[in-house]
Order: sequence, then structure tokens, then C-alpha cells
Amino acid sequence: MLCERCQEKTASVHVTKIVNGKKTELNLCQECARELQPQLNFSIPKFLAGLFDYGTDFDVTEPQVCERCKECGMTYEEFQQTGRLGCAECYRYLASRLNPLIKRIHGSQEHRGKVPKRAGGNLRIRREVERLRVQLKQLVEHEEFEKAAEVRDRIRELERYLGN
Amino acid sequence: MVLDLEKVSKWMEGSGPHADIVISSRIRLARNLKGIPFSNLMTKQHQVKVIEQVNNAINAPGVIQSVGKLNLYSLKELSPLERQILVEKHIISPELAEAQGERAVVLRNDDALSIMVNEEDHIRLQCLLPALMLHEAWRLADAADDAFENELEFSFDQQLGFLTSCPTNVGTGLRASTMLHLPALVLTKQAGKVLSALTKVGVAVRGLYGEGTESQGNLFQVSNQLTLGHSEEEIINNLSIVTVRLADQEREARELLRKQNLWKLEDRIWRAYGVLTNARILSAQEALQLISDVRLGVEMNILKSPDQRLLNQLMVQVQPAYLQLKNKKEMTPFDRDVYRAQMVRKLLAMPS
Repeated sequence: MLCERCQEKTASVHVTKIVNGKKTELNLCQECARELQPQLNFSIPKFLAGLFDYGTDFDVTEPQVCERCKECGMTYEEFQQTGRLGCAECYRYLASRLNPLIKRIHGSQEHRGKVPKRAGGNLRIRREVERLRVQLKQLVEHEEFEKAAEVRDRIRELERYLGN
Repeated sequence: MVLDLEKVSKWMEGSGPHADIVISSRIRLARNLKGIPFSNLMTKQHQVKVIEQVNNAINAPGVIQSVGKLNLYSLKELSPLERQILVEKHIISPELAEAQGERAVVLRNDDALSIMVNEEDHIRLQCLLPALMLHEAWRLADAADDAFENELEFSFDQQLGFLTSCPTNVGTGLRASTMLHLPALVLTKQAGKVLSALTKVGVAVRGLYGEGTESQGNLFQVSNQLTLGHSEEEIINNLSIVTVRLADQEREARELLRKQNLWKLEDRIWRAYGVLTNARILSAQEALQLISDVRLGVEMNILKSPDQRLLNQLMVQVQPAYLQLKNKKEMTPFDRDVYRAQMVRKLLAMPS
């Protein structure tokens, strides 16, 4: 078979390209194949984008909230091109596809670090309740019931606040 | 306030724990302002707004009280040379130096605290200290972050933490890193093996100027890879432990070199000193390699001088942009090599 590009040399390379789900096949000679080969140009955004592209093992039973960020209009596909999100709301609107990716990168989906005073909302209080529960358990184990009662009341108080 | 680029930054002081191997410690926090799109979708108006808000925040009494006086410089108003020097001093990234549009850098007088404004995230707060002082750098960054949070509202999600332009930074938005000088691991050909093992414990290794750059002068930068799922203290502890382990490995390799062939090691170090103090033409790359050898000699008590502060200064001052600032004009690469050799000779001749 002759090369489909130069029509001169014998085709020895079979190229299959899939662009946007459309498959094209080409039979080329060595020289033409080399010319058509995309340049190996390492760029970090592209590398990251490739990382984000990798695998589609996300939980398909999770409902797709939205295909497009309602705040800035970015789609997950656009994000994959650059590796950068458009705005903070992207995390919410693209969550169904973004969260599995975050889990894959970090091995976690839960922030365990610092909680800012203003933007942190109830999280600071929830952390405090968690901490007090651990303390309560220790106090009970050491039979320090008076102190335990104080901690228990504090937990109730905070939980009431959270309930409101 | 005029930007003084010739001064010695805090990180260059060269004293502190493990200063014989760890050059500097850095904490970087990524933050974004609520209600403004991330940098890749920002218009000029958005960029101006972020700079304005940051500028107001640095002048707020609470911020000044907490971290001291800070100055904001618009990158547009700095010359390419001045921007390049900030890169050479590890204060801004090469990307920010080259970026178009409205960008800024905030600096404290000692450069220990700085902010890149409108880089990949709206705010990238950095603390840069000498030697292994990650915990101290974190305390400063944490205090600055608290003070800024009183003035600015950050994008934060109760589940995911601080929201960042790239999901690889989400959560704490924290990148902790140390810069290490590992000549003996390189000489004994162990560096590749040791450093590649680090990726298994969630630590990334980079070159001198961060992401995508090569190692020069046996300097390596190690940093945490993950930002979500662990507290800041855990991340910093982990990196501190890794850094101390690397320093131990380097010390073992140094002792091995001493035992194996002291003559050869001394010869290498004295030759490097000889070339640095006598050469008439020096490229930046050669200078960095020779400075590395001399530093090794000083740390192994083979040479008595120069001290670490002068070595750190040399490391910055042999860079192309700094030389041109010092000489007050642009130079051809050849002129730079001649001027570099002159300057190194002059600095090393000074009693330290």
C-alpha cells in the first residue's frame, strides 16, 4: 500500500486519531508519519490537563449537577484544556466530575486544615464540638465527672447554636 | 517607596538550624477573593480591583500591627531587569515576571514576607526564612493570613477548604518548601536515587527557581505535593522530617567523601576557590558550581572563609539581572562574564 499523504513511498505506519469522538485512520510512510507527529513540547498546564483527563472512574450514579458553571460559564472540558478553573463557584457546579478528580489527586475530599474566621462559617464550631467530644470521652474514662458535665453542657450549647 | 534590590534579603542571612545544608525555608499560601473570577478569567477591571483591595488591606492598622509595614509595587512599573532580580532572589515566580496585565508584588522590608498579586491565584502569600525554619515561617504566614482575613473575604468551602484556581492547591492552599545544597549526594551519585524516593512520601523535587526548572549548583527544592486532607502542621512536620533526613544523608555522604579520598576532595575545593578568586571570565553556571564546591569546603572545615551569608549573597549576585543592576547598564553575555569574575574576586577579597 502507498502512503496516503505523499503517494510515493510504501506505507508502513498506521495512524488512528480520535478527535472529539470522530475517528480517522491514515496509512503513512515513515517520513510523512514523522512530519505529522505532534511536536513533543512539554508544558506544565498541558501535563496537568492530561492528568485531569486520565480515567473516567468517577461515580456515575452521582447526579450531574450541571455541565457548566452557572457563575462563570466554564465547562469541565474547558477546564481539562488548561488545568485552571474559572471561579470559586466552579467547585460547586462542576462538583460531580471535579470531586472524583480531587480525590484522585489528594487522596481526600475533606479539608482538615485552617478554618478562616469570617469565611469559615459553622466549620469552626463543628471542629470545636469534635474536639470537645474527644475531651469528654477522656474525662469520663478518668472519672472526672464534674469537668465532664461542664464539657457536655458546652457541647449542647454549641449544638443548639448549630441547630439554629 | 523605592524598591531596594541590592539589599540582603532575610533568607540570605545563612544562619539557623541545619544552615550547613538547608539554605532556606518557604511557606506559600494561595488565597482568592470571594466574588472575583480566578486569574485566567479576570478582566483588567478585576485585576485592578484585587490590587486595590490588597493595597487597602496592607495599610490596615491590624495588618501593620501583626506583620509590620508592607509596600506594594505594580509590576508594570518595574523594568524587566528589576522583575528578573525578584526572580533571582526567589521572591516572585518567572511566570509572574513575564505576565502581562495588572500584577503586583507586596514586600516587607526584609523580604521575609511577600505577596504575589494576580499570579495563578489572586493572592500568594509567602514567607521566606533562612535555614530550616518552616515552623517559624508558618507562624508568620498564619499571622499574616489571619490579619488579611480581617480585611478581605476569601473563597472558602466548608468541605474543600480554600478554593484555588488549580485543584492541585485546594484545601490548605499551602506549599511548604526547603532549598537544600546537596553536593556530596551528587558527587557520590546518590542524589537521583534519594530524591526519586521522595515522591513516594508525597514530596516533590524541583530545581532552583521552582516548577519546571533545572537544578544548578547542586541546589534542590523539595515541597509537599498534597494540600488537602491534612492540617498545615501535619504537612509542615512531614516536610521538616524529610528535610532533616535529607540533610543527614548529605552529611553521611560528606563523611564518605572525606574517608574515601580526602586529597581528592580538598583538591576539588581548593581548585574551586582558586578559580573563583582568580578567574577573569566566569559564566553564571560555572560560578554557581564553584560556589557550591567552596560552600562544601567551608561546611566541611576545609576552608575557613567565606561565611554562609557571603556565599548566599554571591549566589544571588552572580545572576545576570543582578549584575546588570549593579553595573547600571545592560551588558552582552561576554561583558557580563568579565564583570561577574571581577565582582566575585572583589567580594571574596573582602574580610568576612
